[in-house]
Amino acid sequence: MSWITNFLTSSLGKKLIMSLTGLFLIVFLVVHLAGNLQLLYDDNGVAFNTYAHFMGENELIQFLSFGLYAFILLHIIQGLVIWVLNRRARGVGYAVSNRKSNSFASRQMALLGLLIFFFLAVHMGDFWYKVKFTDQLTMVPIEGLDGELVKDLHARVSTAFSEWWIVVIYLLGLLALSLHLWHGFQSAFQTLGLNHKKYTPVIKTLGRLYAVLIPLGFATIPLYFYFIK
Amino acid sequence: MNLKLKIWRQAGRKTKGQFQTYSLEATPEMSFLEMLDVLNEKIIEDKGEPVAFEHDCREGICGSCSMVINGQAHGPMGMTTTCQLHMRHFKDGDTIVIEPFRARAFPVLKDLVVDRSSFDRIIQAGGYISVNTGQAPDGNSILVNQDDSKEAFDAAACIGCGACVAACPNASAMLFASAKVAHLAFLPQGKVERQKRVGRMVAQMDKEGFGNCSNTYACEAECPKGISVDNIAKMNREYFSSSVGSQKD
Repeated sequence: MSWITNFLTSSLGKKLIMSLTGLFLIVFLVVHLAGNLQLLYDDNGVAFNTYAHFMGENELIQFLSFGLYAFILLHIIQGLVIWVLNRRARGVGYAVSNRKSNSFASRQMALLGLLIFFFLAVHMGDFWYKVKFTDQLTMVPIEGLDGELVKDLHARVSTAFSEWWIVVIYLLGLLALSLHLWHGFQSAFQTLGLNHKKYTPVIKTLGRLYAVLIPLGFATIPLYFYFIK
Repeated sequence: MNLKLKIWRQAGRKTKGQFQTYSLEATPEMSFLEMLDVLNEKIIEDKGEPVAFEHDCREGICGSCSMVINGQAHGPMGMTTTCQLHMRHFKDGDTIVIEPFRARAFPVLKDLVVDRSSFDRIIQAGGYISVNTGQAPDGNSILVNQDDSKEAFDAAACIGCGACVAACPNASAMLFASAKVAHLAFLPQGKVERQKRVGRMVAQMDKEGFGNCSNTYACEAECPKGISVDNIAKMNREYFSSSVGSQKD
């Protein structure tokens, strides 16, 4: 095997892939939230629909989105491989398990990841699939496009979040995401070897803020549509 | 104090094991191993097979006394090996569950004794330095920065007991391997093999069937010598720079 395959298939290399794809997804979440917060504008969806149209048409964004799908899949598959190997490494389990030495989130990253994956399937089935592959969305004109009609994703979001059970699925999905990030953010830096007496405490605090604030930001959207709209 | 002991009994490597329950009268002054000695004397008097467990120095420095006590490697006290754990930390009427370290790379040999030679093979793969034979060198001929010396010493405090593997939900040997890598990487004496060391040790660690680190830090929490997970980050850095950054294969 060449040095690169040796490197990437070693236990440390496998974790490096988890760390780098995880950090990419962490950056993506910020962009995704910033765009989606436009749903909260009280303008009948003009700002959000314009943004959604741009995201659907722009070629650079399209290119990046394939990178995103690939990284999500890589993160999931690699995570499952590591989970299976780690289960095998223990062999026989303990009769008494100790929960004091580490956190729930750090122990249950695979379970939390799977919950996020199921949430993602619901989420993408509801919006991404319907926008890309069906004609279920109504067409509306927006300013600045010379009367060209765009898909009314804002109305689709509004309809989805009028159902209480969809709102509940979203809140549970975001809770799983929050716990996953609670451990994952800091862990990604440790795996990269970025550990420093001065900066690690800052990374830990930032990670915890991120793990709470970003899912909370996303949660405002279903809650806003269900309770205020 | 009256105790109920649930101890893992397994006749050999290939045989199936099971828990067996014993009642024992102990005193708070006994160390945990002395308590097991008393139990074994009782078992021998009853013409039974004594419980096999590893012990050597009984001073907390050899790292032999590997066992998991109520779900924690080396028992409930932090920074304490089993031999240094005393029965005063338990209460009259307690049930104590004693299990061997569980990892595919640490197969059970008998009862509480596991084969930890996988650690020796990791050390053989790269945990050494080259020195000239002959006369002892002058004590101050190689200058070592005070901070580096302290960090190296903290890492060198690892006694290789395997509690990190036992505590890790993934049975990963990262804390052990990283303590050895960091210890030698901080010192000028470790520089000669530095480029090759970490890659060889990681390859051996993977070959032995240890799990992948997921940074839960249970290892640090249960390490009887307080080895820091900072060493793991240091090993990750060493590994990436020596495989990606090095000109060699």
